[in-house]
Amino acid sequence: MIELRNLSKSFVTSEGPVDALRHVSLTVNDGDIYGIIGMSGAGKSTLVRCINMLERPTEGSVLLDGRDLGALSKKQMQEVRRQVTMIFQSFNLLMQSTCLQNIMFPLKLIHTPKAEAEARARQLLETVGLPDKANVYPAQLSGGQQQRIAIARALATNPRVLLCDEATSALDPKTTQSILELIRQINRDTGITVIVITHQMSVVQEICNRVAILEHGAVVEEGDVSQVFSRPKAAATRALVFPEMNGQADGGQDGSGYGQLVRLVFEGSITTNKPLIASMAMDCGIAANILGASTRTVGKREYGYMLIEIPGGPDELGRALKYISAVPDVAVQVEAKYGSKEAKEA
Amino acid sequence: MSQFAKAFEPDKLQEAWHVFLTEFPMGLWETLYVTLLATLFAIVLGLPLGILLVTGDEKGIRPMPKPLMKVINVVINFLRSVPFLILIVMVIPLTRVIVGTSIGSVASIVPLVVAAFPFVARLVESSLRELDPNIIEMAQSMGSTTMQIIFRVMLPESVPSLITNFTLAITTILGYTAMSGAMGGGGLGKIAINYGYSRYKYAVLYLAVIVLVLLVQVFQSVGTRLAARLDKRIKK
Repeated sequence: MIELRNLSKSFVTSEGPVDALRHVSLTVNDGDIYGIIGMSGAGKSTLVRCINMLERPTEGSVLLDGRDLGALSKKQMQEVRRQVTMIFQSFNLLMQSTCLQNIMFPLKLIHTPKAEAEARARQLLETVGLPDKANVYPAQLSGGQQQRIAIARALATNPRVLLCDEATSALDPKTTQSILELIRQINRDTGITVIVITHQMSVVQEICNRVAILEHGAVVEEGDVSQVFSRPKAAATRALVFPEMNGQADGGQDGSGYGQLVRLVFEGSITTNKPLIASMAMDCGIAANILGASTRTVGKREYGYMLIEIPGGPDELGRALKYISAVPDVAVQVEAKYGSKEAKEA
Repeated sequence: MSQFAKAFEPDKLQEAWHVFLTEFPMGLWETLYVTLLATLFAIVLGLPLGILLVTGDEKGIRPMPKPLMKVINVVINFLRSVPFLILIVMVIPLTRVIVGTSIGSVASIVPLVVAAFPFVARLVESSLRELDPNIIEMAQSMGSTTMQIIFRVMLPESVPSLITNFTLAITTILGYTAMSGAMGGGGLGKIAINYGYSRYKYAVLYLAVIVLVLLVQVFQSVGTRLAARLDKRIKK
């Protein structure tokens, strides 16, 4: 278990001190795939570097199974870094070493006998699906393959925690998928705790079970991915979860302006297959106008949202809300900012 | 006819050819071993110093006390700015202590090393600074010690760049041997000066220059090829 307690980090720059992290407190349980998401400059990279003490926090502490990492000696810290390994956006492979040598690198650091290290490296090449690349140099590999080698290297010392710092940000969507699949599989097979730093909501949706949203160095929301995703509370979370929605919400160009905007959030696997809007039109006689919709897979369940406009007055709105609320796994939110005349005048 | 043109009359050319056959083999040998030994010693001293310049830096992996780094930098800059001809004279006492004499090929190695090692240190420094800092961070994140980062990451990753820079060092030192040849050292430089300058035998001087140019070409192309062959970033 990793606990971050009241973690703060400030840097002194030429323009004065900058607070990269402000009182961050998080708990990551064993076996979690924990997402830390935020826009660039939110402090994600600093946060992940505090977890393995590449950056020393200015305040607060990092506890690995109750052990305060800030209090460890240099030697103990080196030991911890074999337990908490890291993969990077730029892969950071040794370009003058073969893939096999790259994977053996962390083992050489602890003077593992060569034969043993090589056997372990070959086994890891197998795990990441590149058994034929042992004697190939990284420059000859694609980005996705390089990241696989980096993952194999990070796993060489049998770590308990894997930190992924924007590990898929330099990859195309298809390769991203396959790398995420690999990470999920390793998590499943070995029970390794994974902390994923990303600016892409899709990455969190894809593999994380828990998530923290970081904004200006502070955690603004934290919890199960399904919960945070379906009911984003903080503005920063909404901006990340529904990036497409912001444009519409800000401009409101698609709505007629005389109806009430309602956000539907789907929280289960069945509802998205149901023609909800069509059946509401038939059952209630309310022809809702769909302004935007998006559904995705989170874990193994379907999630999504839909922004609709209910024409008419409070009566129609009331009936529509009642109808939709009766459907399981769908949450309704009335967008007070738009549609209703009161809101417009206000 | 000018004295210069006279120096290339057939009988003079024949004389030059005679000198080429009798004295050049020894001169070439002296130039070669002086250059190679001076380069070797310059690397032995300059490589660790160059590493220290990078790792001991304020933002390096093992920051050293600022005053110490300041002193090292000042000394390197001082040695780099003294003209070689003057440096040869300045280190004569040191040369006498080490070699026993200040005359001859072996003695000329001392001033060459003194002049070249700060240069090599700067070259090593620039090679190591080219390295992607993310690679160093990776090594730190895996629990590497300072020595492991130097010997398992920084140096192996910089091999092609180091070879390129050592090639630059060896060709520069070769040029310096000609100068030390004029100041009591041996080799092709001595032959060129003795015949060409002192006795107006320009044909000999030009022959010596041609041999030196060819030597530089050989060193350079071997170095360039070696660096390219060892660089695994190049897709083959």
